[in-house]
Parts: sequence; structure tokens; C-alpha cells
Amino acid sequence: MKRSMALLLGFLLVLGACSSAPETAPPGGPQSLGPGGPGGGAQSGAPGSQQDLEASAGDRVFFAFDRSDISSEAQQTLTRQADWLRRYPNVTVTIEGHCDERGTREYNLALGERRAQAVKNVLVALGIPASRISTISYGKERPAVVGSTEEAYAQNRRGVTTVN
Amino acid sequence: MNRSCRIVAGAVAVALVILLNTSGSLRAELRIDITSGKIEPMPIALPPFPGGAANESQAGRDIAGVVSADLERSGLFRPLDPRSFIQNISATDAQPRFPDWRQINAQALVTGSVKTQGDGRLRVEFRLWDVFAEQQLTGFGYTTTQQNWRRIAHIIADEIYKRITGEEGYFDTRIVYVSEAGPLDKRIKRLAIMDQDGANNRLLTDGRALVLTPRFSPTAQEITYLSYGSGTPRVYLFNIDTGQQEAVGDFPGMTFAPRFSPDGNRVVLSRAQNGVSNLFALDLRTRRATRLTNSQAIDTSPCFSPDGSKIAFNSDRGGSQQLYVMSADGGDARRISFGSGKYGTPVWSPRGDLIAFTKIDGGSFYIGVMRPDGSGERLLTHDFLVEGPTWAPNGRVLMYYRQSPSDSRGHGGSTRLYSIDLTGSNQREVITPQDASDPAWSPLLR
Repeated sequence: MKRSMALLLGFLLVLGACSSAPETAPPGGPQSLGPGGPGGGAQSGAPGSQQDLEASAGDRVFFAFDRSDISSEAQQTLTRQADWLRRYPNVTVTIEGHCDERGTREYNLALGERRAQAVKNVLVALGIPASRISTISYGKERPAVVGSTEEAYAQNRRGVTTVN
Repeated sequence: MNRSCRIVAGAVAVALVILLNTSGSLRAELRIDITSGKIEPMPIALPPFPGGAANESQAGRDIAGVVSADLERSGLFRPLDPRSFIQNISATDAQPRFPDWRQINAQALVTGSVKTQGDGRLRVEFRLWDVFAEQQLTGFGYTTTQQNWRRIAHIIADEIYKRITGEEGYFDTRIVYVSEAGPLDKRIKRLAIMDQDGANNRLLTDGRALVLTPRFSPTAQEITYLSYGSGTPRVYLFNIDTGQQEAVGDFPGMTFAPRFSPDGNRVVLSRAQNGVSNLFALDLRTRRATRLTNSQAIDTSPCFSPDGSKIAFNSDRGGSQQLYVMSADGGDARRISFGSGKYGTPVWSPRGDLIAFTKIDGGSFYIGVMRPDGSGERLLTHDFLVEGPTWAPNGRVLMYYRQSPSDSRGHGGSTRLYSIDLTGSNQREVITPQDASDPAWSPLLR
């Protein structure tokens, strides 16, 4: 009973984080880089929070169509995420893998999982314990940006690091 | 001559049936060959089945209306406008006045009757006539509860379809699907079930958990599907009679893409682990899982052949998403799709002769069919996004969903169900109260 409540709560948090995704930088454009040091301003949220992660490191990386390779830009974002995670050793995260709508539903569930795992692998390689990182795939079910355009698709093919 | 069989589905039993006195020798055959591409629909007259009391007459009108709508939607029949009818069929007519029906160019005529029995149940009879040969082609009587009149109508439509085409019908069936509502980036998805004609639509889940890809068990009593209800996406079973939902299998991580085996004893599904998705068979009695594939790729969307000996699935093990067929125990996987583009969601026809699929090529999505060895690829329809074909139990009609493109303000993006003949003709929307995706067609409920 207690366990299922915890799971439900975790699920709600994940959904909440997902649905409240704010303005996202277009891929290839400038990432919303933090001001550098930890702590930031009032807009970066409490230290160790999702808002802090977004402001300090960027919470998401983007993928090419039907690919799960980590681009050099994504590698930079994940390096900042790993630095951030080292500052907050009690924080655990869930990596959400997402796809654009141009694939079949079940294949995209698997592709989203593969992308989430690719992000996790980089963070683990950068020294973050695997036990702090879980993954979940949403396939094409939760686009960040609505619209049947290449621009929207590029922002929807993403791995999002969410603070648990 | 007296043939009796039992029809059971859900909690509702329909007691059949006496074959009503069909003449033995058949001369001029009234027949539709549904294998040819372009078919001229057969003109058929379906006057209301007469009854004595008001409730009987109402049931008679309703039943004739549902039979007529079923036959019309098949694309094979053209029900004639009742206002053109000359003879007003009454309960006492032993035989139709055939010249009256020939005059309005009816080739086939359906007559019937509705009576309330002493126990309150309905007695429904029908006869199918060849108007030009002046012959009865078939006829049956049924006894059922008053509320169950729709199923009787579908069963009658199936008998007419069978007698005229020589193929089993598909009208006494249901569709399970995902009912969709809400904004495109926060869709609320619920399991829903309805009769194949859209009647008796019912939501099965409350929308709190994201649910996807339902499939019927062979008895149509259970549904297997994907739910995010526990936080981790997992395969579930839903019992239609009890409403009970339970996760199946003790897998860490995500399980998805479940399908029943033809005997209903196993569910084949995908399990994701470390970014790789492989196929497993789960025995529902022992709850033991058997690994079927061991690739470093995405193996998913499995489907048993109707005899249970093989499994079709899609995999990107060769570099892009393609169709494969292997033995049901996992051996001997062979690629069968070799056209341009990517292929997914293989679905074996209940007849065993074809595999339907989704194809993505050049920015469009297609629904097509090919033989299980990969030969004879034929594309039936294409659009911005069409996906997820499911077969009617007779293997002659497919249903799938279509999603329209959306703009940045969230307009468009609606999802709707469509049906299409195996010939590629007779494409029609299947009306649902809300947006709808991931349809799965039940077996015949009998």
C-alpha cells in the first residue's frame, strides 16, 4: 500500500515535471546555459531542484531522427549535468526518453528507452552512480512541442533529466 | 435439418436456432465474389420485421435497421430506400410477392418477424430470399433477451453476408481501442470498447494512467495492454466481465507490445533492458517467461500466426526497422520486408495468408499487406500518419487509426479509426465519441 502510494506519487511528479516543461531552446541554437556557478539567481530555484538543474546545466539533450547517438553538444550538456549531480549527491534523477511522432508507437517506446539509456550511460561514464539514475520511455506520447514540423520534431526527440 | 448451437459472449446468452426451411436445390446463384477489386453493391431490400405489440414492432424496425447498416458499411450491399417498397410485408405473409420486389430492382430480400414469448424473451426469425429465382436462400430463428436485440441483428447480418459471399461475416464483433482526449502534449488516454458498428461504446479505464495498444484474448473476455499505472510502463491484463486489472510478469523495467497466443495461454511481449528490447513469451498459468530473441536491437510489435507456430515482429537489427518472421519458440528469424522505407506492426491475417503492416516511406505512412514470405506487397492506403492495422476475423477488412497533422497552436492532430477492404476499396471512418487510436478487432463473439 505504502509502496504503491510512493510509486503513484513518483509518477505524478514525473508527469508534472514533464508537462510543465517551459520554453525550450531550439536544438542547434544556444542552450539555456546557467550563469556559471551554482546557486544562481531567484529564477534558478532551490539548490538541487529541477529549476536549478535547468538553469545550471540544461535538463535535456536532443537526438537525430531514429538515432540515439550522443552529439558533442549533448555531451557538453551531460558533462554539466554530471557536475551538477556531483554537487548534490543526495539527488536522484529519472531520464525520460522521448521521440517525435514520425514512428510507430511501439518502436518509439523502445527508441525512447534506448535514448534514455544512452543518456544514462554517459552520466555513469562521467562518474555518477547508476543507482542514482533511473530511466523511463514515453515514446511519442508526450511531445515537448506541439506541431507537425521539423522544428517541433527536433525538440521532441529528447532525453530529459528530471529530479526525483 | 434441425441444427442447434449455443452462442455465448460475455454474460449474454443467445439461444439459437432452427434453420428455417431452405429449399435444397439452388439454381441461379445469388452471389458476390468479394475477391475482385471493384464490386457493384447488391441491391437488397430490408423491410422492418413486423411484430404484433408496439415493443415488437419497435424491435423489428431496430433490427432491420442495424442489419441494413451492417450490410451497407461492408460496401457489398446497397440497401434500398424503404419508401420505394411496394409490398407492405406483414406477419401473416408466408411468401413475399416477388414481382413487387423485382419491380424496384431488389435482387435480395430479407423478411422477418419479432414475437415476445411467455418468458418475456424475444423470438426473432428472418429469411433471405433470391427475388429473381423466387427462392429462400437461408433462414434462422433466435431467442434472446429484449436488451440483446442488437447482437441478433449482427448475427443475422453475418448469416446474410455468409450466404451471399461464401465467407464468414464479421458483424457480431467488438473493437477495443484507446479513447483520446485533451491537449496534444498531455493526452488523456483510456481503454474503450464498442461493437464494431460503434454502438455500446464504453470506457474501461478512468484516464489517470496512460494506456496504449490493447489486444483481445481469443475468447474476447480479456484485454492485454500497456499501462503506466505503476509508474513504470508495464503489460497488464484487463478482465472485461469483472473490470479487474493486473500487471503480468515479474520483469524489471519496461514491458510493452503484448499480444495473446492463439490458444490464449501465453502473452508475447517486448522487454526493454539497457536500451535493448527483446521478445519474451509469458505463460499465463505458470507466470514463467521464456526469452525468444537475444539481439542488441529493438525487437517489438510481435504477432503470432493463427496456427501458433510462428511469430512476426519488427526489428532494427539490420540497421532499420523491418519485418521478420521466426518460429514461435524464437528460432530461425528471417527478414521478410525488402521494399523501400521502414516497416512495422506486422499483424497476421486470421486466415493465415497475409501479414498487414505499417510502412513509413518518403514522409508518408502506409497500411499494406504482404504474404508471410514477404512476396506480393500491396499498399492499401496512405496518409500523413496511418498506423496499427487490425484484421476483421474473416480476413477481408482491416481497421487502423489515422492522425492528422497538427500546428504549433495545437490545432489538428486528431486521431480517428478507419476501416478498409483488403482490396483497398471502401475506406470509411468508424465513428467514435472522442478521438481514437490503437484499434483491435475481436474474434466473432459466437
